[in-house]
Parts: sequence; C-alpha cells; structure tokens
Amino acid sequence: MAASSSHVVLASTFSESVSKLAGVLEAVGGFLAVLLIVFFVAGRVTGRLQKPLAIIICLGPAVVLATVGLVIPAINTMVLSTTNTQASGQKFTLVNGKLVPIKAKFVGVDNYTFAFTDPDTRSTLIRTVLWIVIVPLVTVFIGLLLALLTDQMKRVTLAKSLIFLPTAISFVGAALIWELMYDYVGPGNPQTGLLSEVVIKLGWHNPPNWITSSPLNTFLMMIVLVWIEVGFAMVVLGAALKAIPEEILEAARMDGATGITLFRTVQIPMIRSTLIVVTTTITIATLKIFDIVYTMTNGNFNTDILARDMYDKLFVTNQTGKGSALAVILFLCVLPLVIYNVFQMRRDRATR
Amino acid sequence: MTSNPPIIETRVPPVSEPLKGREATKAVRKAFSHPIASAVVVLLTVLWTIPTFGFFLNSLRSKENVYGSGWWEWFAHPQVDLTNYHTVLFSEGGLVLPLVNSLAITIPGTIIPIFLASMAAYSLAWMRFKGSDIIFFTLFALQVVPLQMALVGLQRFYNFGAHIGSVQIFPGKFFGGLTEIWLSHTMFSLPLAVFLLHNFIAQIPESLIEAARVDGATHLRIFRTIVLPLSMPAIASFAIFQFIWVWNDLLVAKTFGGSDASGQPVTARIQLLNGNFGAHQELLAPAGFLAIIIPLIVFVCLQRYFVRGLLAGSVKG
Repeated sequence: MAASSSHVVLASTFSESVSKLAGVLEAVGGFLAVLLIVFFVAGRVTGRLQKPLAIIICLGPAVVLATVGLVIPAINTMVLSTTNTQASGQKFTLVNGKLVPIKAKFVGVDNYTFAFTDPDTRSTLIRTVLWIVIVPLVTVFIGLLLALLTDQMKRVTLAKSLIFLPTAISFVGAALIWELMYDYVGPGNPQTGLLSEVVIKLGWHNPPNWITSSPLNTFLMMIVLVWIEVGFAMVVLGAALKAIPEEILEAARMDGATGITLFRTVQIPMIRSTLIVVTTTITIATLKIFDIVYTMTNGNFNTDILARDMYDKLFVTNQTGKGSALAVILFLCVLPLVIYNVFQMRRDRATR
Repeated sequence: MTSNPPIIETRVPPVSEPLKGREATKAVRKAFSHPIASAVVVLLTVLWTIPTFGFFLNSLRSKENVYGSGWWEWFAHPQVDLTNYHTVLFSEGGLVLPLVNSLAITIPGTIIPIFLASMAAYSLAWMRFKGSDIIFFTLFALQVVPLQMALVGLQRFYNFGAHIGSVQIFPGKFFGGLTEIWLSHTMFSLPLAVFLLHNFIAQIPESLIEAARVDGATHLRIFRTIVLPLSMPAIASFAIFQFIWVWNDLLVAKTFGGSDASGQPVTARIQLLNGNFGAHQELLAPAGFLAIIIPLIVFVCLQRYFVRGLLAGSVKG
C-alpha cells in the first residue's frame, strides 16, 4: 500500500520535474536566441555608429542590471535608514487595488543611535567585529602555513584537494555537518557528537552543551567558516609562492637565509599583495556571513551577528528603518577594504 | 589557444650524484623540513576531512544507531542502510522536487551571467571610452553591497515595478518566480564575474585583436569569434564558481522562492527541515548529503579549472 502511494507521488513528481526542466531549457534557449539576433542585426551596422552601438549592446545589460539590483537598492536603503519605516521596505502598499504611499517619517540618525545604544544590538556589533578580526586572521594563518609546507612537498595533491573540498559545501550543509560534530548528549549516555566524545576521553567528564553555551558557541561557529575558507587561502597563496622566481630564493639562500628567516624576509614580502587580496576577500565573506548562524542557532544563545540581525529586522519583524541602518553600518565596514583594493587595481590597470 | 605560463612547474627530482648549487640547497631544505611538515599536513588534512566523512557515515546508519551511538561506531558495526535516504527523498514534501528546483535555478543562473559578464568584460577591456574606468571600478566596488540590503529594494521592484514620482515606468509582477531568482543571481554575480573575466580577457594579445580589426571585423564579431573562444578557461572557472554559489545560496532563494515547498531549492528545504527535524535527527545526514553531493561532484571533476580562474584574479607573477 505504502509502495503504491509512493509510486503515485513519484510519478507526479517526475512529470512536474520534467516540465520544469523543459521550461528552463526553453528560457535559456530564448535568451541565447535573443542574444544571437541582437548580434546579427547590430553586426550589419558599420561606420561611425559601430563602436557606440557595440558598447551599448555589450555593456548595457550589465550596467542596467547592476543599477537595478545593486545601486538603486543601496541608495534606497541609505534613505530608509533615516526613516521609521515599519512595513517590509515598501514605499507603496495596495489598498483596494490602488497603490497608496506609506507615510514614513524622517528620524535622522535615530536608527543609528539605536544600533549603538541598544544593548542587544551593541553586543551583536561587538560579536561581528570579533568575527571579522578572528576568522580572516586564523584562516590566512592556516592557509599560509599549508601553502608553505606543501610548497616543496611531493604527493600532496590528495591532501590539498581534501582541504579544498569544503569550499564546495554550502554554508547550510556545513552547518549541518558541524552540528553533528558539536552534538550534545547528557553525561553517562553514549555520545553522538565527536567533540564531546573526544573531550570525555581526554578526561573532561561533564562537557557543556556546546551550541548553547556562550561565548564558546560563537567561536565554535567561527571554526565552521574557517574550515570552509582555508582551502581557498591555501590555493591562492600557494600559487603566489610558486610564482616567486627561483633565482630570488636562490640568492637569499646563498646569503644564508633558511627556514623561518627565508620565509620572513623573502617569501612573505614577495606575496604581500596576494596576502592582502586574500585577507580582503575573506573579510568581506565573513562580514556577510549569514547562513551559518541562521542555521545553527538562528541568533539565539548570544550568537547573533550583524548580517543575521539585519535579515531579521528587514524580513521577519518588519523594522525596516532599523534593519536598513544595520545594512549601512555593514556596508561602511567593508567600504575601506574595497576602496583600498580599487587603488591597488588602478595601479595595475594603469601599468598594463 | 592561449599559452598561459604554467603556474605549477614540475620540479626535477634531485639526482643521486653529488649535488651542487640549487639542487644541494633544495635537498638540504627538504631533508630538514620534511618529517614535521608532513606530519602537520597530514594532521590538518585528517582534521579537515573528519567532519564530512563522519556526516556521510551517519547517513548510512539506521535510525536506532544514529540515536544510540556516535558515527565512529560504524567501524565496529559496518552497515549500509539506505532507508533514511528513501524517506528523505520520497516521503511527503520530499527532496526530489527541491533538487529539481535547485537545478532549474542554477542552470540559467549560471548561463545568463556568463554571457552578460563576458560581454561587459570585453567592452571594458578592449573598447576604451570615456568613463570605462569608472564603470569598471564601480562594478567591482559594488561587491560591498550586502545581499540583504539589495533584496528589500529588489523585492519591491519585482512586486510593484518602478516609479518616477507617481508615473509607473516599469510594471510590477512582470516576471515569474523563477525569472526573478535568475535575474537576482545575475545581478549579484556581476561584480565578481566582470572582474574575473576582465582580468583574463585583458590579457589576450593585442596583436590578435588588431589583426582582426585590420581585416575589417566589427567589435561584436571579434567578441564572438576571438574573445569568447579564447576566454573559455576563464569562463569555465567562473561557471563552476557561479554554479556552486547559486546552488548553495540560501538568502535569495528564501526571499524570492516563496514559502511553498514546490518552488524552493534544496538549501531552503534543508534549512526548514533542520528546524522541523528536531525529532528526526536520522534524516538530517542523508538530506544534507544529498544537498551537497552535486556541487561536490562538479567541484571535484572541474577543480583544476576552478583554481585557474581564482588565480587569474589574484596572483601577479
């Protein structure tokens, strides 16, 4: 009986799946067809108009999409952050089928004052700072260590692949994997979490419930992100080390530099710019991290961070003004890093 | 095809005759660093592998075992019990449809940005005009915009269209649910995509492009016949990157996927199950493993290209 009903479900699921995927292929085909037609028609145009037209066709879609999806919402959020808007960010609402503007009052910096004075939000901010200091530092340190150790080593492809593997695992998946590691069972019972099992074997007979004990839980969740990002740091830094000309290393060794000295005086300075890029990338990723905390604790047990709190205010509790202020704070935190990177890149682009 | 300088050079193993100069120092250094270094690498590799491995083993165990003991007990009592996989896949609100949804989101969410971003990257690299630098750097800098920040505005745009004053310039509810998700992923991918592809496309030898131009080829023709084929390595790496990113995304899916299970991708489904499965822990491991297996396969098969693309953007030789 159960089998036959599951077959019926299976059949309907199957047909729904097929029609869905067919629709997707149709959409992709349509997109490519439009692109081809545009290219074909525009290809007939020659003369003075050719270059401007090509620029519009090539750059136009990207610029329009980036404007609609990123620039306008960003500006909009900044405006919203100075209002007391409550509804989920809507300027208009439907009343009897008509668009009616929602009246939002200008409240100046009130939302920002709230963010820095409300005890909960303030500890969320402090916790976020901890994340963006600790995670990139630890990740780059381990990544660099691995890159240096494997630099001259043979037969490390498998090890590197295994360490790089978590990069492909979603934050949600990683959260599940680590929830199992941190699983808690009362003392005396057989343990199901590896962490508890190990510390009990080591003599700590009454380990805490890891995920609910603050402030330990924040650090345990940081480990998840470090676990995901180390592979990235290792691969990019490893390639930078490989790119150092052998002659330079040779000259340094002739001068007697080995091991740590060689590393400190030659290798590190040579890969400085890569180190900065990697650190920046990981810092930005850390600031935006949302899924891990959302899945593992949903911000409970004193683990909340800016990106999750913001999501809560914007989409769950409808405090759009306050949520927007948090978004702007997040934005301002990352901005200096990106500006720094832009200046670095401008130098490269100019010298190319 | 382009002749990229090989990033990883194969090093010649030291020969057994008396060593001189470079080989000697290398051999000495190797001898010093090997034992401890190997131990550290092995240790870290094991540490990095255990969580996923244990998770996988747990997905193969029966309900009683999952509750009664840790996954390491599997080695004492090896078993392959696929009941939990079956339950997760086919019981009510199973994972089959979410997995299909993930594919339906990910395929266009990867293909559309590839084309739009490579076109933009080409024009920014090879059709210099006033303001092209500003557009390039602005696009790059837009990666600071947190997704949550953009989602509020986007959601409003999709639902109510665009207005100037009270004049509607774009209709609301114009796109269907899936199209909204594809468009959002395309928008959010653009900063990184244009940046990565630009770095690669800008390195195409100028002589190639000049030669085509002398022959009278238009810009669009050059893009289609020279730039696109030559950029395949970079495009491949970006495609892998984007595929994994879109597949693993939770936030966009949660915002535009709706609350109906039939439209949700696997990540959103799993995140919900994580809350609901409090009493069904045995189902979490198989569900989680089903969600990560596809990006994992893509990644393992195409890792080489992935790495190459990452490096195009961040390492200066």
